[in-house]
Amino acid sequence: MTTSPTWARAAGRAPARHPVTGRVSSLTYVLLCALLLFALGPLVLFVFSALKTQSELATSPLSFPSTLRWSNFATAWEQANMGAGLLNSVIIVAGTVAGVCVISGCAAYAMARLDLPGSGTFITYLLVTSSLPTQMFLVPLFYLWTTLHLYDSLFGLVVIYWGLFSPFATLLLRSFMMTIPREFEEAARMDGAGELQVLFKVVLPNALPGFLTIALVTALSAYNEFLFAVTFIQDSFLLPVSTTFFTFQQGFTQDYTLIGAAGVIMMLPMLLLFLALQRRFIEGVSASGLGGV
Amino acid sequence: MSTATAPPVAARPAAAHARRGRRRSGLARRRAVIAWAFMLPLIGVNALVVLGPSLFAVYYSFTDWNGIGGAQWVGLANYAELFGDADFRNALWHNVLWTIFFLVVPMVMGLFGAYALTRIRRFRLVFRVAYFLPYIVASVVTAAIWENLLSPDVGVGRILQVNFLGSQTLALPTVAFVNNWAWWGFLVVVFLAAMQGVSPNLYEAAALDGAGPFRQFWSITLPSIQPTFMFLGLMTIIWSFLSFDYVYILTQGGPAGATDVLSTLLYREAFASLRAGYASAVGIVMALISGLVVAAYLVIRKRKDWAV
Repeated sequence: MTTSPTWARAAGRAPARHPVTGRVSSLTYVLLCALLLFALGPLVLFVFSALKTQSELATSPLSFPSTLRWSNFATAWEQANMGAGLLNSVIIVAGTVAGVCVISGCAAYAMARLDLPGSGTFITYLLVTSSLPTQMFLVPLFYLWTTLHLYDSLFGLVVIYWGLFSPFATLLLRSFMMTIPREFEEAARMDGAGELQVLFKVVLPNALPGFLTIALVTALSAYNEFLFAVTFIQDSFLLPVSTTFFTFQQGFTQDYTLIGAAGVIMMLPMLLLFLALQRRFIEGVSASGLGGV
Repeated sequence: MSTATAPPVAARPAAAHARRGRRRSGLARRRAVIAWAFMLPLIGVNALVVLGPSLFAVYYSFTDWNGIGGAQWVGLANYAELFGDADFRNALWHNVLWTIFFLVVPMVMGLFGAYALTRIRRFRLVFRVAYFLPYIVASVVTAAIWENLLSPDVGVGRILQVNFLGSQTLALPTVAFVNNWAWWGFLVVVFLAAMQGVSPNLYEAAALDGAGPFRQFWSITLPSIQPTFMFLGLMTIIWSFLSFDYVYILTQGGPAGATDVLSTLLYREAFASLRAGYASAVGIVMALISGLVVAAYLVIRKRKDWAV
């Protein structure tokens, strides 16, 4: 009888007091901090490089800038044509996100709520096609887009992104919609709401967090995408920011401070969006391992 | 319930029964039509962008085609040429090395990072956000960050007197290293999510039995997250054979083919050499490789009865 509480107390305390646990956990912190340095160090140095003069960068690449040359950003903005690139990217991202939300919203609703016959097979099909190598259909797609006059057009690129990003968004949204209790809809139908009313007044408002998640993940993918952007847009007035930056970086400039400034300009919007909504971002990306490289 | 209603149903005239059944199946058909109508945008866009061009790729891989005019049927000639092509074997070998690197380095970092984060009490969220940050940076920017850092003119390359990206032997590991910098944090986040689903009781029981952190990792954490671990292993292999961005941006396959991979070879054949038929054959081989990997995964999954 009296042994029982002692046993429980000992068991509860043992791990905390154990000397090994304490040592391991401080070593753990050291290693975690080393990884932190590995993740953030290059980013910090990149921002530093954007604020240095070229000669300072050459002599001391790893130090804090002695004077902050903010003018690098203005120069880079102009020379790299970042304004036009960002504008094109905003158009592409907005079109992609809007289209993916509609396409995936309809499909997810059909799979989660309308008892789509054969939906299991269709899910398998989506999983298989989203693990297909994009390079496999890149070449025929390129020549198809040329015939359809969708090559070198922002709309053409947006349609490709719809095709690339909607399967993952659909699967994510479907599993989200499955968690919304059906009772809400039943109650609305009892009150005499029609099917469209049920959809717009009950299902969509409840699915809003799911839509926000797929919108964020899709926006990130569309903003950062490179292979299709570089292949399908050649017109220098239509380049999205990823290829605008790429052209600048590969071009005649050997000024690493300006490359740094342009790079910071490019990553800043996504960085801010991520820091503001990091929980939802991480949820969406880790929801399945299908984030893509 | 069913036995109680069975007699009246059986007693009903056959015609009425049939009519009711027809009406019900008519309703079901109507529902099915509506459901598939909601699927139309997805199916349409998927057929246009993915399925259609993929089927065309299969056809073109059997042809000699420069991408503009008509395609000439050549049978298996492209595939026969592939296996004798030294560039193809070189690129394929680099993909194999790439796969091994990505199955080991980021996996170890991801597993360690996630496991360590489950064992600490403070700053877990801060570490998680920081590790994930490189993943959201665009590949073009990541490449520029490391090009600047490693540059033989202004960066660490100058201090160490090493031209990382210009060296025949160092270029491929360097590109893989840069890709990994942007990648491993994603694995930490996914593994952490899986590890947080492991019941704490298991760890307490193991601690009572005197198991240390390493023993607990091997005997509890790893078996518990096995489906996630295997799935990410599968995706790692697939993505390793498709890897394009970092090689194309940092070295374009050079110097002298030292970093050439299947996707950059395909890109060059299609858009520089204008051999779209041959490039399609490379694409089909890449699809077959990932198809084999997925099939192997499905067989193993069925045998082991995983939920993922």
